[in-house]
Amino acid sequence: MNRQKMMKISVEQLNLFYGQNQVLKNVSLEVYEKEILGVIGPANAGKSSLLRALNRLYEIDYARISGKIRLDGEDIFDIPINDLRRRVGLIFATPVVLPGTIFKNMSYGLKLHRKIKKQELNDIVADALKAANLWEEVKDRLYESASTLSGGQQQRLCIARTLAMNPEVIMMDEPCSGLDPISTAKIEATMLELKKTYTFILVTNNTKQAARTADRTAFFLAGELIEINKTEKIFTKPDDPRTDDYIRGRFG
Amino acid sequence: MKDKIAEKLLLFIAFSAIGSLLLITFFIFQQGIPLIFKIGLSNFFSMHWSPTRGQFGILSMIIGSLMVTVGALIVGIPFGLACAIYLAEFSSKMVQKTLKPIIELLAGIPSVVYGFIGIVILVPFIRTHFGGPGFSVLASSIILGIMILPTIVSISYDSLVAVPNTYREGSYALGATKWQTVVKLLIPAARSGIVAGIILGMGRAIGETMAVIMVAGNALKIPHSILDSVRTLTSTIALELGYATGDHRAALFACGAFLFIIITILNIIAIRVTGHRE
Repeated sequence: MNRQKMMKISVEQLNLFYGQNQVLKNVSLEVYEKEILGVIGPANAGKSSLLRALNRLYEIDYARISGKIRLDGEDIFDIPINDLRRRVGLIFATPVVLPGTIFKNMSYGLKLHRKIKKQELNDIVADALKAANLWEEVKDRLYESASTLSGGQQQRLCIARTLAMNPEVIMMDEPCSGLDPISTAKIEATMLELKKTYTFILVTNNTKQAARTADRTAFFLAGELIEINKTEKIFTKPDDPRTDDYIRGRFG
Repeated sequence: MKDKIAEKLLLFIAFSAIGSLLLITFFIFQQGIPLIFKIGLSNFFSMHWSPTRGQFGILSMIIGSLMVTVGALIVGIPFGLACAIYLAEFSSKMVQKTLKPIIELLAGIPSVVYGFIGIVILVPFIRTHFGGPGFSVLASSIILGIMILPTIVSISYDSLVAVPNTYREGSYALGATKWQTVVKLLIPAARSGIVAGIILGMGRAIGETMAVIMVAGNALKIPHSILDSVRTLTSTIALELGYATGDHRAALFACGAFLFIIITILNIIAIRVTGHRE
């Protein structure tokens, strides 16, 4: 298959600064269509900053950036920002449910982008909740406050909310960090299922989670991309000794 | 030992502050309420205020107070909210640090100064450009609107800033623009604080006396337009207490009691609305 066509996101020599502090150093990588790219590394490796660069969320932190990021070959700075953030969704470490009902959480993003008929809205919400494996649990309580859901349910609500926007890439920033093993398993299962349709970038502190779910894995250390390769290769025979050290838990 | 004395002393001072408030309350009601019973509610809430002839109707003053208060809110809410939103969401830290204290300083300017500015600038301006005497509902509303700005701005600002940042990030991540985030998410999330700010501002507008006396014209009739002269409850008390005796004096205290009840209700609502959030 044509490699060029499979490429979803390409990052070239990306640098990101918070004031004087450089948190991403000369990072170049590619994300392929319909893969799960795992991103691992110790704290302050720049993993979250990478995600915030890809949908330009870093801008609200007054960070500066240099380098090129392309989505489907198009410079992300040429894409209207609402459009970019719709196409490249982001799920946070702690589930961010907005104040209001479950339904309001689901419809919030949709209503921002276009006028939408009630019936169509209901359908999209139901489909997205089904895709996020949450529908059965919430179908009778759509008009209850979203904050009454459990942590795992809230995180799946956030995934559903992002899915409802019909995104192309879904970035997850340690989506299971606060969740119990069963909720984590549910989210991983959801992800593997959705991989058929969407491209995933999964930042995780849990190396085993990357090993379980990711097709390829990137290892970051202090803002630098040390190594990116097939997950199997990274976890069995990494090229760089530092990757090996991290995976074996020798530092970080 | 020294600690004990200091503690007792502070306790005494604290209680004397509360005590004086209780005394004032008691005094106002004790002076005013018997008259209401004597003349009856229908006289007290009638249209005719002519204390020397035994007519103590405060309705026209209630309407006057209401008109200038609503007017003040119409002026104060849009400006106050816009200012709070700008400070909380759009301005840089530098601008926030400079502007917020300046706005709060507005609250420290004596009301007679606002009234003076009203007489010197606003009243002649209204007289020449819109007609009427100039001393009017409109002039009072504008002056009061400016006077309640600090209350509305600082309470709304605080409640906007208190909205967790994760909400903003979540909203941006769903593709919302800054403006959409403000209108659809932040204002609803901060609504209780904003409402409390407005209610407290309203309390201030109803209670304000000096500035209103200076620009309202104080004619004893129900105004038919915003260019007409108007008299509020507070102005009546301030203007007439100096020479009032007997039932007339008691009637003024009854006005005070009425105001006291209104403002207490507003404050309770404001506390309830903000308390609801926690």
